[in-house]
Amino acid sequence: MSLLSAIFLLPLLAALVVLCIPRNYKFVIRLISLGATFAAMLLALALFARYDAAPVENGFKFVERHAWVSVSALKLDIGWHLGVDGINLGLIVMGAIVAFAAACVSREIKRLEKEYYTLLLVMTGGILGAFASLNLFFFYFFHELALVPTFIMIGVWGHGENRNYATFKITIYLSLGALLALAGLIALYLQSGANTFDLVELTKKVKSRPLPLAAQSFIFPLLLFGFGILVSLWPFHTWAPLGYGSAPTATAMLHAGVLKKFGLYGLLRVGIPLMPDGAGAWLEILALLCLGNIVYCGLVAMRQKDLNLLIGNSSVAHMGFIFLGIASLNLVGVTGAVVVMVAHGFLAALTFGLSGALREKTGTLELEKLGGLLRQIPFLGAALVMAMLAGCGLPGFANFVGEAMVLFGSWRVFPLVTTIAAWGALIIGAVYMLRAIRNILHGPGKPEWAELQDASAWVKVPFVLLLGALLLLGIWPRLLIDKIQPSVVPIIAMAEAKSADKAVRPSDLKKGAEDAKQRAVRPR
Amino acid sequence: MNASLIVLELAVVCLGLILLAQDLYTPAKERRTLGYGAVLGVAVILLYSFFAFDGNETLYAFGNAYVLDGLALWFKRFFLLAALLVLIMAAEYSDRFEAGQSEFFALILFALAGMMFAASANDFTLLFVSLELITVTFYVLVSFLRRRVESLEAGVKYLILGALSSGFLVYGIALVFGVSGTLNFNELADKLTNHPALGHKSLLFTGLLLVFVGLGFKMAIVPFQIWAPDVYQGSPTPTTAFLSVGSKAAGVVLLMRLLGTAIPDLAFKLEKLLMTMAGLSILYGSLCAVPQRNLKRLLGYSSIASAGYLLLGFAVMNKSGSSAVLYYLAGYLFTALAAFSVIAIVVREAGAEDIDSLAGLAHRSPLLAATLTLAMVSLAGIPPLAGFFGKFLLLKAVVAEGIRWSAYYWLFAVAVAGVLVSLYYYFNVVRAIYWSKNVSDFKPISLSLPTKFALAICIVGMLWLGLYPGNALELAVEAVKSLKLV
Repeated sequence: MSLLSAIFLLPLLAALVVLCIPRNYKFVIRLISLGATFAAMLLALALFARYDAAPVENGFKFVERHAWVSVSALKLDIGWHLGVDGINLGLIVMGAIVAFAAACVSREIKRLEKEYYTLLLVMTGGILGAFASLNLFFFYFFHELALVPTFIMIGVWGHGENRNYATFKITIYLSLGALLALAGLIALYLQSGANTFDLVELTKKVKSRPLPLAAQSFIFPLLLFGFGILVSLWPFHTWAPLGYGSAPTATAMLHAGVLKKFGLYGLLRVGIPLMPDGAGAWLEILALLCLGNIVYCGLVAMRQKDLNLLIGNSSVAHMGFIFLGIASLNLVGVTGAVVVMVAHGFLAALTFGLSGALREKTGTLELEKLGGLLRQIPFLGAALVMAMLAGCGLPGFANFVGEAMVLFGSWRVFPLVTTIAAWGALIIGAVYMLRAIRNILHGPGKPEWAELQDASAWVKVPFVLLLGALLLLGIWPRLLIDKIQPSVVPIIAMAEAKSADKAVRPSDLKKGAEDAKQRAVRPR
Repeated sequence: MNASLIVLELAVVCLGLILLAQDLYTPAKERRTLGYGAVLGVAVILLYSFFAFDGNETLYAFGNAYVLDGLALWFKRFFLLAALLVLIMAAEYSDRFEAGQSEFFALILFALAGMMFAASANDFTLLFVSLELITVTFYVLVSFLRRRVESLEAGVKYLILGALSSGFLVYGIALVFGVSGTLNFNELADKLTNHPALGHKSLLFTGLLLVFVGLGFKMAIVPFQIWAPDVYQGSPTPTTAFLSVGSKAAGVVLLMRLLGTAIPDLAFKLEKLLMTMAGLSILYGSLCAVPQRNLKRLLGYSSIASAGYLLLGFAVMNKSGSSAVLYYLAGYLFTALAAFSVIAIVVREAGAEDIDSLAGLAHRSPLLAATLTLAMVSLAGIPPLAGFFGKFLLLKAVVAEGIRWSAYYWLFAVAVAGVLVSLYYYFNVVRAIYWSKNVSDFKPISLSLPTKFALAICIVGMLWLGLYPGNALELAVEAVKSLKLV
């Protein structure tokens, strides 16, 4: 087992071990879960430390390949192929850290611990596996493996009266998104003519012979909206605030922080480089839709009376920046989008973790009932203030770096959208974040909270970890950016290949259509 | 003439007869051991099938009416394995019969013989006779609980609709014979190739459609599904299990043989019909399963949806579709039998077939709870279990045809909608197992050794087909080689 596969196989193995432990040994179960996620985090950090920016063939390091299914008669070839480059490296490290933090805050779960930790570990393994896979089949497979525990955890350990409705809604939305994306991936497999799900092989094939235009123009929207639903692209975002509002803390942290990035990662890794012409037609629309995320969801967040719903909406709003960065399709913008992906992972995990801790202490998250808490719980309060300010894009936190890069990048392409987005982020974001801080932490102390105790040392661990990561990347962004940039360059180059072809477009178009026809008409 | 080819079928029939004779010398209390004897016998026959035949060449017997090729062998082994697991379930279940335990085992074996003949049918006569052998034994098996009104009701419904579908089948065969002058699949295919005009005769096509009605009834596809929920609910659980796996697979192999051997040149004319019926079956089965509270009825509707997914593989009419059908069916064998084995035991303990009777199962027997959960997850098509890879192969085959005709994308969309809906009711079952609020009964359920063995086979099968699909898929590809498909 190599370093990379150990990172996600360890939690999966731990899930099997937990399954075999009698349910009365709650402490042992918790210990194993914490140990496995901690070890995965250390391994991920080791991976990060050992990753150097030296160029290699295909751009992927720590590559691992095994055959899995290969049936020549069906032209079916699915292999186990793992590897990291600058784009998924940050996501894997972020995912592993968030997973450990999520295991830490799972202390709040008081019933059916065995099932809970099994699902948490499966979800962790699935998420990290999805980001490590370079084979589109396993990419999807691991995502689905992580998605199903999400639904079950929300349904069983969720909070609030809306729990059942939220479970139902999130299941339908996310399954639909995943299946649309699957349709796109299968179509890509068939249309590329490469007959492989291997991303590296597909890339090579597409480089030598681009996909026919007709194919691109229907596969890209499938991927865009399939992945878009998974990332809560406006107007398909309504599952997100509701689902996160009802989810147990750890599930919200892992899903909002890490699993949601799957769709963005897929778009960046598969959709745009392999189908530049298909993407070209849609990027402008994507830029407009992301305004829906940033402005509309920001305004909705302003009106929320519940902290979790507020965070949920703000997390949807932040997705808009990543979409904008991807849509800008230049080095600065896309690199910024990847930085926001990582930074938002830490941030979402931090805010959902803090709101979970707050709920555990006070039993409510309604802004009107809370107030003046900073005096009682200085640590949690201060951490919440920092998280909120990071969310508004305050310099010093990683989010600022990413969002600033996105805005720089998109200014050249979509100046109007960028203006509105910057306005939305700075004004609207600041209004709802500061309003939440004022309502919860400042103001006169309320008598019912006089007895509140601050978090104990153990409870602080995950929050310190996540805040530390946000600050470190905020102060020293080159740590990440130097690794991301070389990997973004080839993606941009592939995406821009279409503009070079434009001169010969008419003949190309005909040829592409004929190609498609030739492949379509098969002897019976 | 090569009569030695039917040695497997003969062995099964002899086993059934020996069982009936031995019944006379066995005290009533020990009849269950006869069931285990039958299990052992079937296991031996299954093992023998691996030594006796390798399926690499196509062998004929009885004037080409009987064919033994890779496809036939694959299905024979499939049926033997299904019967093995069903017999274990039946032996466990047999103390609920007032009398006639041995007859129940023997009838299962006779139905098995019918299915094995169906796997080798290369002639409309053998097709009809083997189907009748299956259907008539099932009339008895369905209504075996003589004192239960539901069982009798199910028996009558199955009898009436089964007889009706047999009527259609015979009528269709007569029309085909009248037009083409042959009953043999190979000869029919030759005539169609040599006289293309024959293929345009609407009378021949009508005959084939009527044959298709008979097979559709076996597979429970819309609009011939009407019997399935009632019969599934009313029958003794082992019968339901055998009906859902064996009888459906018999319909599948006959349809595959008919399309792939007898009318490969005409098959594309059925494309639209198969697509429509696949889509309707998926939607009907998935949507009707949503409000169900009775476990067996729920699985009845889910089996209609499964028939729809199987039809997807037929609709695309190529080898990748057919091998996907086989793969899906193999996964379905382990999944459905796992589910029914658990339900049979839970129903015995709780005395009701309601979903709520699963409450507290996680405490009472973790093995049963885990098996049923895996079965539901696999049926829902979630990785890493058998059902996922089966559905993946079928959907891939459908999307591949989308390049030729965009209607396949709509079919894909319908299938995806079915998968989405099915998540809801499968997870309802899982929820009842682990998270029921009012659990009254915490008494542990003890399982007999053979049952544990059967459950273990099912679990291993589901995981194996989900995690290491390579070998099984190659077997499926080998099996469909003899079909004259693209």
